[in-house]
Amino acid sequence: MFSRNNPFRSRIRQKRQAEPVRSGRGVFTRRALLVMAVQAGVLGVLGRRLYTLQVVDGGHLRQLAERNRTSKRLLAPVRGTIHDRFGVALADNKVSWRALLMPEETTDIPAVIERFSQIVPLDEHDRARIERDLRHVHKYVPVTLHEFLSWDDMARIELNAPSLPGVLVDVGSTRLYPFRDLTAHIVGYVAPPNEEDVAKDTTLSLPGMRVGRAGIEQTQEAVLRGEPGSVEMEVNAVGRVIGEIDRVEGQQGEDVRLTLDSVLQQQVLSRLEDRVASAVVMDCRNGEVMAMVSTPSFDPSLFDSGVSHAQWNEWANDPRTPLVDKAVSGLYPPGSTFKPAVALAALKSGSVTAQDRFNCPGYYDLGGVRFHCWNRWGHGLINMREGLKYSCDVYFYEVARRCGMDPIQAVGNAMGLGVKLGIELPHVRSGVIPTPEWRQKHGFHWNGGDTVNAGIGQGFVQVTPLALATYVSRIASGRDVQPHLLRATNDQMSAMASVDDVAKVDLPPEYLDVVRGGMFAVVNDPHGTAPKARLDLPGIQMAGKTGSAQVRRVSRALRESGHFNSMNLPWEYRPHALFICFAPYDNPKYAVSVVVEHGNAGADEAAPLAKLIMTDTLLRDPASDVRPLAPSVAQTPSPVADGTAPAPTAPVLSAPAPAAPPEQTDPGAAQ
Amino acid sequence: MRRNGMNTFGFLKSDRRLLRAEPDFRPMARLLQVNWFYVLLVCVLAGVGYIALYSAGGGSAKPFAGPQMVRFGFGLVMMIAVSLVSPRILRMASVPIYLLSVTLLALVLRMGHVGKGAERWINLAGMQFQPSEFAKIGLVLMLATWFHRIGNERMGNPLRLIPPALLTLLPVLLVLKEPNLGTATIIGVIGATMFFAAGMRLWQILLLVAPLPFMGKLIYSHLHDYQKARIDTFLHPEHDPLGAGYNIIQSKIALGSGGMWGEGYLHGSQGQLNFLPEKQTDFIFTMIGEEWGFVGGIAVITLLGTLVMGGMLIAIRSRNQFGRLLGLGIAMDFFLYCAVNLSMVMGAIPVGGVPLPLISYGGSAMLTMMFGFGLLMSAWVHRNERDPGEDEDEDD
Repeated sequence: MFSRNNPFRSRIRQKRQAEPVRSGRGVFTRRALLVMAVQAGVLGVLGRRLYTLQVVDGGHLRQLAERNRTSKRLLAPVRGTIHDRFGVALADNKVSWRALLMPEETTDIPAVIERFSQIVPLDEHDRARIERDLRHVHKYVPVTLHEFLSWDDMARIELNAPSLPGVLVDVGSTRLYPFRDLTAHIVGYVAPPNEEDVAKDTTLSLPGMRVGRAGIEQTQEAVLRGEPGSVEMEVNAVGRVIGEIDRVEGQQGEDVRLTLDSVLQQQVLSRLEDRVASAVVMDCRNGEVMAMVSTPSFDPSLFDSGVSHAQWNEWANDPRTPLVDKAVSGLYPPGSTFKPAVALAALKSGSVTAQDRFNCPGYYDLGGVRFHCWNRWGHGLINMREGLKYSCDVYFYEVARRCGMDPIQAVGNAMGLGVKLGIELPHVRSGVIPTPEWRQKHGFHWNGGDTVNAGIGQGFVQVTPLALATYVSRIASGRDVQPHLLRATNDQMSAMASVDDVAKVDLPPEYLDVVRGGMFAVVNDPHGTAPKARLDLPGIQMAGKTGSAQVRRVSRALRESGHFNSMNLPWEYRPHALFICFAPYDNPKYAVSVVVEHGNAGADEAAPLAKLIMTDTLLRDPASDVRPLAPSVAQTPSPVADGTAPAPTAPVLSAPAPAAPPEQTDPGAAQ
Repeated sequence: MRRNGMNTFGFLKSDRRLLRAEPDFRPMARLLQVNWFYVLLVCVLAGVGYIALYSAGGGSAKPFAGPQMVRFGFGLVMMIAVSLVSPRILRMASVPIYLLSVTLLALVLRMGHVGKGAERWINLAGMQFQPSEFAKIGLVLMLATWFHRIGNERMGNPLRLIPPALLTLLPVLLVLKEPNLGTATIIGVIGATMFFAAGMRLWQILLLVAPLPFMGKLIYSHLHDYQKARIDTFLHPEHDPLGAGYNIIQSKIALGSGGMWGEGYLHGSQGQLNFLPEKQTDFIFTMIGEEWGFVGGIAVITLLGTLVMGGMLIAIRSRNQFGRLLGLGIAMDFFLYCAVNLSMVMGAIPVGGVPLPLISYGGSAMLTMMFGFGLLMSAWVHRNERDPGEDEDEDD
């Protein structure tokens, strides 16, 4: 490698030999100067970099420094409360205490938690959550040990403070629902925000923040929540507060006033007793929902602290669906309550006049298939008013056939059936009024039998109790009222003082009169289907329409055996009982719809309930001084406070109408 | 080629020739020879350190500034004392000092304290001591002595360079094993610079430099995980803003918030509010930059540069190879400390536990640096001692 014939090596050798023998100092000086140049260069580069960092990028880095130095802490706003129309609180805030653990202020966290659990028991769920929080947050961010401490717990924790380093008690607020299950479906409930919510709005990560999860709490979230305030504080590197720099007061959540009447709501609930049912009371002049009950219900305050798995499963697996607001989310075939809409559609389309008479022999043949009337002996030659009065199926089979589905859908939609209603609740279902196109879109052929079935509100027709109330309101008032739960503020109320401000429905009044007349006969004519629903109030008449919606086909064999009685069916196969009504007849004010799931017969089950509810409503009307006819009735609406209603068995009510058919079911579905 | 009666392993024999060439031995006369301007610069630097530590202590001499000044006092006395020691004695002491430093390095590997996974400390009579600092001085002394003995003309013989190469590698490997990559690199670079300045032939240098890129790869593959993480963090500090990247980010933020004129003494928000990590030790310069701005920072860099250049000039002025190499080694040591620390706080190289000499709080770094300045000053005081054959006509 170092051989002499290596040209590189030989050149070096020659050069070295050319140098003076002792040139150490010269070589050193040259090389030291080179080293100095490198050193100066490096220091120059460092100086240049310092200039870049401090002067060029200084502005940007200064902002980062400011962010470092200050910590913005948000102040949770107080959530707005929810009141009924008279100002009674339906959702309120209550002061509560919670225990927090400041991890940096204690050395032995497990020991502190252990001692804490001896004062306030912590279950496995709590412990897992605390452990998770401790892992995820910085050690200067407090971790919630236990929410909703009682006064005693709070006092015990304060007393034992010396042995619980890092534990502090914080004042927060809890959502309180004074009426619990009474208004649960409408008011809804709040729950701690989940990770998705926090990702959307980071202010929700504040301790004590809640998100509306159902009902008004959910839909009016933006109004109720308010704006969090903030305190800007100077903090040191470990996040400890040194001083306060700036404070911005937040905006408290606005209160919400509903159209609901909590007393009436209570009365309606007590009327429904333990039925699986829903009832809607609406002011038919303006669409204000005054009571809306869905039974069974649930206790909304349980959600604030988190519902246990057992409780949740119990609710979720209950066939009576306590968590579902049946008034807006429950879909039912309207049965005979649909007949007024069919009648209006036929009148409007001109295919039938109110005077046209059709013969009902008790059955109806179409394309080789026989459709039955609920009355196997038939109703004879009847016109529209009588058709409604008797709720004759054959009459409406013929009307529907002549009219066709398109006018029925158009008028139904105009009356609020099968359309999305703008009520301020989540999960509002719109229902269906089927047409051949709709059926085809789902891949099925529409045949004539489907039309006649729809003519009596069976088959594919589906509506919600709220839609029924809207529908009967629009029939009663002739106004295109929109159901709503939010009560207008005083300013808005004076701006729309008159019912005349509400647009009229797109139907000639004389057609509506025909239908109203028919519905009047249903209740007040001795041959009507619901004489039991006749009001016991002087000078006030009610008009209504029964409905019994089959949930299962009745087999031909069973029908012909002559022993068919839907009361003998298991509960879940019995027809739903429906009733819609409005009163007073001559000056409609209120509309009521009642749906009793598997209540069997609208006339027997739903109509008397609707009568009681309407009586309660009229008695609460501040503008009228109605007094009940019979003293026994006067007692019925009284038990509000204790919530236990006596059986609604006023003598007048229980007396059967002379000409009432022995069985009031409408077993009219196809075969 | 003269062997001067000395073989490769026989350089321990005393250098009688030089002993004879040293006529007078008057301490007071030599005290006047001390470069007092340079001493003044050192004191100014220590003063900057006092001011910075006073601020790092939250506007108080306790707990940093006061003790540091006491140490500096000791160090200053030691520096002056060492500067009076004759190079002959230093050359004789170089071997024991080197052996002691290497022994301490080996010892610390066995029984030292590991702080923060990097620095190794040893307890000497109740005092915390970092042998790797001492090892630098030991190596500088050792190499200066060796190259002095063989003289420039024998540098061409590769066999002469093998022993000093081994002497350099030994402390480098021991420190690397600690593991302290930063200090190991510094020791290696000091050694290499001394080889270079001692008159290593160009072909030898080329032969050594050529394979370096491959060595780099090999070294990276043998790095500890935490060392790799440090390099990765340096390349992407924002990936882990609260973890390993925190130091670099906070340091940059603090420097940036200083701006041109600074936030004012004792008013640096990042430093005073403890966002700066290790602000009294490795990141003291950040604090100066935040409170005094770019103006203050560049002034400190200028001061450091002046001390480096002064040291280099002292080395050049020396008329004997030992003094030259000693001065260069110490100046290089000081320079590397500064450069690595400044690059570190400015986020230019990975963080590596290297303090800013004389300013950062810390005992062993301060005392070894002052010992080093003493050696440098000794080279100045004895600059006119000539090697035999040193050109007489060259002025000094």
